[in-house]
Amino acid sequence: MHRFANPGRFLRLSNVILPWIAVLAAGLIAVGLYLALFVSPADYQQGESVRIMYVHVPSAWMAMFIYTVIAAASASSLIWRHPLADLVAKASSPIGACFTFLALVTGSLWGKPMWGTWWVWDARLTSVLVLFFLYLGHMALMGAFDSATRGARAAAILALVGFVNVPIIKFSVEWWSTLHQPASVLRLDGPSIHPSMLWPLLAMGLGFKLYYLALMLVRVKSELIAARLNARAATAAQLS
Amino acid sequence: MTRKRRRMVLVLAGLTALSAAVALVLYGLKETVTFFYSPSEVQAGAPPQGRAFRLGGLVEEGSVKKQGDGLTVEFSITDMAVSVPVTYRGILPDLFREGQGVITEGDLGTDGTFVAREVLAKHDETYMPREVADALKESGVWRDEEGSK
Repeated sequence: MHRFANPGRFLRLSNVILPWIAVLAAGLIAVGLYLALFVSPADYQQGESVRIMYVHVPSAWMAMFIYTVIAAASASSLIWRHPLADLVAKASSPIGACFTFLALVTGSLWGKPMWGTWWVWDARLTSVLVLFFLYLGHMALMGAFDSATRGARAAAILALVGFVNVPIIKFSVEWWSTLHQPASVLRLDGPSIHPSMLWPLLAMGLGFKLYYLALMLVRVKSELIAARLNARAATAAQLS
Repeated sequence: MTRKRRRMVLVLAGLTALSAAVALVLYGLKETVTFFYSPSEVQAGAPPQGRAFRLGGLVEEGSVKKQGDGLTVEFSITDMAVSVPVTYRGILPDLFREGQGVITEGDLGTDGTFVAREVLAKHDETYMPREVADALKESGVWRDEEGSK
């Protein structure tokens, strides 16, 4: 990882791989949506409304995955002062917040017909709502200081402190009795979901991951270019 | 110790202390975080006395009786060891049926009947097409829902 912490090398590499990732993400999401909405069967219990799963579950995965990326980037920013780590964290949190919001909204829309309620304060739903607020806090802290470095440092500490919430979300459905059912895919005795429904779900999951990667690279690139322009403007102002 | 090393130790020590603190808090909150009580816990007197709480379990097979007014339903919630009779007046969720996991919120009457104000369906983590479910039932390898613990 340390080799790519050099901004120039990062820019050259991301220029090469970005189009591939973007095309792959669009393709996987298109195929995944087609499989999910037209090919995969209705569930024996839930009927057609099970199709909300193909958006809800990948969004929830991304909510936790992106937070983990932010926490890792924050640790490497605090410890090794990598110049790119803060940018990765800054670029990621709005994307993560959007995915968390999507997971909450689709979950609510799914909960009403299946459970009979839009929302309950059980351990899973509440801990995901806390994750959403952590994202918002991270975004706010980033911009709360005059100096970008101080903002990034404060946000990095928040991200690391908030990381304890990620295992809580994952295991909430096992530690406590909740309305939300336990995990179907990432479990010790193998997925409890039929292959005809698992494959579309995995395609969507991978598509969402690549989509995040593409979006994150674009955002880091634009931050780097903006920093260069600022530096150039500053030198020009000094010279004149 | 170099500066980087010191920062790494600091971050790791902070995270460890924080995790320990959170683990203790969650352990202490165990009772509060529990969303519902099982019939066995109700029999053992675990729910708070004189206060509304949630009761969860499976709808016992053959226990559902609709009253004449078409709205009031009587059924029993069981965890295969103990079952508690429940009455509810209102609209049931689509997934409600015998053998289904449900969570009800209400009060325990003095006669041991739980008067529910709200009934939520809890589905398990198994997803499969209807044909597969039917085939499994036919071949006899179907295991009953274990959605609610």
